[in-house]
Amino acid sequence: MRTDLAVIGAGPAGLAAALAAARRGIRVALVDAAPRPGGQYFRQPAPGLGTEGAVPRHGRRTWTRLRAALAESAVDVRPEHHVWCVERESGGLTVHALLGPEQRESVDVRADAVLLATGGYETVLPFPGWTLPGVVTAGGAQAMLKGGLVTPGRTAVVAGTGPLLLPVATGLAAAGVRVAALVESTDPARLPRHARALAGKLPEAAGYAARLLRHRVPVLTRHTVVRAHGEDRLTGVTVAALEAEGRVRPGTERLLPCDALAVGHGMLPHTDLAETLGCRLDGHAVAVDAEQRTDVPGVWAAGEATGIGGAALALAEGHIAGRSVAARLRGTAPDPHDWAPAARIRARERTAAAALHALHGPPAHWGDGVPDDTVLCRCEEVTAGAVREALTLGAGDTRTVKLLTRAGMGWCQGRMCAPGVAALTGCPPTPSRRPFARPVPLGVLAARHDRPTPHDRPHPRSEEGPS
Amino acid sequence: MTSPESADAARAFEVTFDGRPVEALPGRTIAAVLWAAGITSWRTTRDGGRPRGVFCGIGVCFDCLVTVNGRPGRRACLVPARPGDVIRTQEGTGHED
Ligand code: FES
Repeated sequence: MRTDLAVIGAGPAGLAAALAAARRGIRVALVDAAPRPGGQYFRQPAPGLGTEGAVPRHGRRTWTRLRAALAESAVDVRPEHHVWCVERESGGLTVHALLGPEQRESVDVRADAVLLATGGYETVLPFPGWTLPGVVTAGGAQAMLKGGLVTPGRTAVVAGTGPLLLPVATGLAAAGVRVAALVESTDPARLPRHARALAGKLPEAAGYAARLLRHRVPVLTRHTVVRAHGEDRLTGVTVAALEAEGRVRPGTERLLPCDALAVGHGMLPHTDLAETLGCRLDGHAVAVDAEQRTDVPGVWAAGEATGIGGAALALAEGHIAGRSVAARLRGTAPDPHDWAPAARIRARERTAAAALHALHGPPAHWGDGVPDDTVLCRCEEVTAGAVREALTLGAGDTRTVKLLTRAGMGWCQGRMCAPGVAALTGCPPTPSRRPFARPVPLGVLAARHDRPTPHDRPHPRSEEGPS
Repeated sequence: MTSPESADAARAFEVTFDGRPVEALPGRTIAAVLWAAGITSWRTTRDGGRPRGVFCGIGVCFDCLVTVNGRPGRRACLVPARPGDVIRTQEGTGHED
């Protein structure tokens, strides 16, 4: 099919962009991997589960408004499209997507413009026991709760750092899980220096604090999980206090019995599609101008892909991107005054995001505390010891470590272990150029054999494992 | 393992996990169905034979791989459960090798 604008990702940024562009007469295809639009933030329980229940939903009012607007719009919603590559061709861009849960067949969507609203994923730093069943990412616990109305256990510890831990702890508690502790490594004494930037976030934080109190969730700040215990599944975690420099204070360890641990140390943007297209990155995020354009003609980006900042920022960026696309596809320059309110929200939310980022850095010296026998790369089962050995053999960057140890060469293509490898090696995690955004069946690649390949890199390991 | 909603038994259907019947609700992923039944691991790793289940919950980590109706390598957190699904613990790659 051919359209004017293909929006990749139906979370807050993608929805706002699709609606803004469609309202201005642009033909929009909204492509998303999930069965229903909403992204992670507005994830809804499957219709078959049909309960309004005790599960708190985020931005319920905004979602109701967006859903109604989407239903009235001419946006062509295409769920269950797992985009694996976007390529520039003469006369436009082609989005390649694997279809449905089967993901065996690939379809193309051709468009004059593409908006990358690909969102982000959570990072977790490794610790002994983090591969035990029952240990999940904080975002994963939330996704399973929002989408499936299920929880990973009866007694949970929520740990790590970042603004996501609060809704996860209160969400689990509201769903009937006993939350034994919320363990946040950040020292609240550092809060005042960011008070101005975060002033707008205070009502929300106060709301969460009240709910934690109501559910009697003990909050341990300047604490961290040092070990998860269990044979074949989680039975408890050891937590400990942190010194000012981020090391564990000896003698403060204590055991918290639990059968679920929801843990997260922040988020990273999904940038694979942008990288394959050749878009410039700024650190980990896709670099964009004031109109949300990347440096590749015809390609816009918005939301977490351009830097982790939350739903309000994503909505504002998406709105601006959609209006920019509408003007540019007509060959006119947009007038930024038209979106001044959104630009103000964007500026405010970016400031708040920067403050949260500074506040919630993962504890320093994390790598030093990881014992040699701890698995670092979950896919290839590479231990911290093996990575240290690679370092003594002279590996000086994460790429060489990967070649020597296979860390990062597995199914997740390094997404899960990169932050841990970086913490251990002392090299900052570099966005690892992946040929495709997800594993692609060999049959799909073979069918494209006589066409120009989207990228001159070797094909990913494929269909041995996941599909 | 809890499921906050009161299950609408009329619409529930059955799948099997390693041969034993498990109740499923429409719209749930295979991971959600297994969690609701108190099951948290359905894969063993290729080298260490260690148990794994959901980690990221959103299709990124590939820890939740499982064999469904004879096809290994499905991400349990993404694939919706369907009536009669035969779900099996995936050992290693799930292929006999
Ligand atoms: S739990 Fe990570 S891919 Fe399914």
